[in-house]
Amino acid sequence: MPYCHTLGGTRYHFDDLRTLLARATPLRSGDVLAGIAARSATERVAAQMTLADLPLSVFLNEAVVPYESDDVTRLIIDSHEAAAFAAISHLTVGGFRDHLLTGCDMAALRPGLTPEMVAAVSKIMRLQDLIAVAQRCHITTAFRSTIGLPGRLSVRLQPNHPTDDLLGIAASTLDGLLLGAGDAVIGINPATDSPQITHRLLDMLGGLIERYEIPTQSCVLAHVTTTLRCIEAGAPVDLVFQSIGGTEGTNRSFGVTLALLAEARDAALSLNRGTVGRNVMYFETGQGSALSANAHHGVDQQTIEARAYAVARAFDPLLVNSVVGFIGPEYLADGKQITRAGLEDHFCAKLLGLPMGVDVCHTNHAEADQDDMDGLLTLLGAAGITYVMGVPGADDVMLSYQSTSFHDALYLRQTLGLRPAPEFEAWLARMGLTDRTPELLPPSFAGALTV
Amino acid sequence: MTAPTRWVDLKRFTSARVALGRVGNAVPTAAHLAFQADHAAARDAVHAALDIVALQAELASPAIVVRSAARDRPEYLLRPDLGRRLHPDIRLDPQPGCIALVIADGLSATAAQRHAAALVAAIGHSGPIFIATQARVALGDDIGEALQAEAVLMLTGERPGLTSPDSLGAYLTWQPRRGRTDAERNCVSNIRPAGLPIPDAALKLRWLIAEMRRLRLSGVELKDEQPTQEISISVDIT
Repeated sequence: MPYCHTLGGTRYHFDDLRTLLARATPLRSGDVLAGIAARSATERVAAQMTLADLPLSVFLNEAVVPYESDDVTRLIIDSHEAAAFAAISHLTVGGFRDHLLTGCDMAALRPGLTPEMVAAVSKIMRLQDLIAVAQRCHITTAFRSTIGLPGRLSVRLQPNHPTDDLLGIAASTLDGLLLGAGDAVIGINPATDSPQITHRLLDMLGGLIERYEIPTQSCVLAHVTTTLRCIEAGAPVDLVFQSIGGTEGTNRSFGVTLALLAEARDAALSLNRGTVGRNVMYFETGQGSALSANAHHGVDQQTIEARAYAVARAFDPLLVNSVVGFIGPEYLADGKQITRAGLEDHFCAKLLGLPMGVDVCHTNHAEADQDDMDGLLTLLGAAGITYVMGVPGADDVMLSYQSTSFHDALYLRQTLGLRPAPEFEAWLARMGLTDRTPELLPPSFAGALTV
Repeated sequence: MTAPTRWVDLKRFTSARVALGRVGNAVPTAAHLAFQADHAAARDAVHAALDIVALQAELASPAIVVRSAARDRPEYLLRPDLGRRLHPDIRLDPQPGCIALVIADGLSATAAQRHAAALVAAIGHSGPIFIATQARVALGDDIGEALQAEAVLMLTGERPGLTSPDSLGAYLTWQPRRGRTDAERNCVSNIRPAGLPIPDAALKLRWLIAEMRRLRLSGVELKDEQPTQEISISVDIT
């Protein structure tokens, strides 16, 4: 259905809902690349005004990706709860923004929200709006630690090594633990997708967690089919990882289907390895993956990203994070675009009920640096982010990009008065690592690096 | 190796930035500035150009030079769609059933310049070789389609990291045709002396190529299950 708006004497015409959403999106290189961005600053605001006047109910009647040909659309529509939506069914997108900022019971709304509604409202919000609303959403999950409690900030310890060297990974892991990181997960991106190496890494991390009784979980971020093989082979799998996207085609490009994710979740649950909870999935997402897979259906990258959260929430994950600056400058060109996208992703995911973290990061071919990362990290802290990444010295020597460091996470905790997950905080105290890093390793740690 | 007793001893085990020290909750000044210097070097590597003449001189057999549809570096960085397409002026003669090898600048011409020729020699590749500039991984699909190739092996400069401005990635695609997805490829990454050394990378690629030809596919269904106790497999790559 077409939409029109007159602004400053010019009449703007938008062919359909997906075009309107794309034109209303704050500028980013990925939408320009896709040829769907607003063609002028004024057209963008005209689209935002049109969007603000749109009844939320339109999103239940007009799919941006066809229901018949896309299983993510079917998941969104079929799991929508009309009863929860009733409280806001009379609102426009603009009215919804005002409603959110005035203060409302967001947990009750959740099953009535679709990703497209949430993406739409984010497009007419400033950064401070995205922060103010997100920081009121509390999403708690658990496995061996409890993640997302108010006043807490968790850290994924990311001890990657260019050749998956076990001692190298163990050294980075100890470095992170010494600096208070690791309560969200100790998660390795393997250098290759080999089941044998994945199994070996899982054994090593599992042994470390067991030996030092660390209240956290491990994950090797291999393809879901590799993790399934490891489960069959008896490996100690805590969490199943997978990259996901917001269309069926994007997920196909990642080599996954919804059925495969369900199978993997069942397999991980059957191992029954959690102690304080049973959230066993870990998902990564990121604006631009659908366009990269040529599976975006003419929909803007931020709306597609929000649709990925509908996939995530169907599997009750322990952790979800956007890899916001990782995908590259063709999707988010510079620090300004990365900053806005990071806050949008966090807001949309929290509104939809996910334990959302963000990999505050950039690549060396984007126009961004550590000052941009400090800015986004601090803004996300204010927004109540669930967890951030911890990489030694902010330099991932395997994936070749810059993320946040263990030190950065300490800075954020101290500046905003945030604490680690309660179980992990108690463990740090037992190890004598609260607020300090000793020059001498705790004697028990030394053994971890004995060949 | 003796067991580490001090925090700083962790540095012996990894090239990652471990045991940086701690001033309050921040990184000490020297480590902070070292990071800035490495970031500056990586930024410079992104914008370096491939020296094609020098690269050709290192290869045992002549390579055909091709380029993508991206005009220059800035356009290449913001328009990957152009980097995946052969420039419209380029015509390639079909060589049905061949395995084509493409050396591409990718995001680090420095990587291709330093390691590609040695890797090609170590693999023992004997099919057609191409040198491609302003090239993305999927440019190999376009080349493969034009050649009617059985497979394409793309060696490309990976995006530079702070400690790895010269890391090469190898992407193997069975039946390369325009529109292949990343799930249909196998990737061996971080090929460089301080990462995955060239002899190891060559062994892994030879194994993957043999398995690909046996199973007649590449991608997530072709698992890297090369025996850990490495055995040398003789493959005739034509």
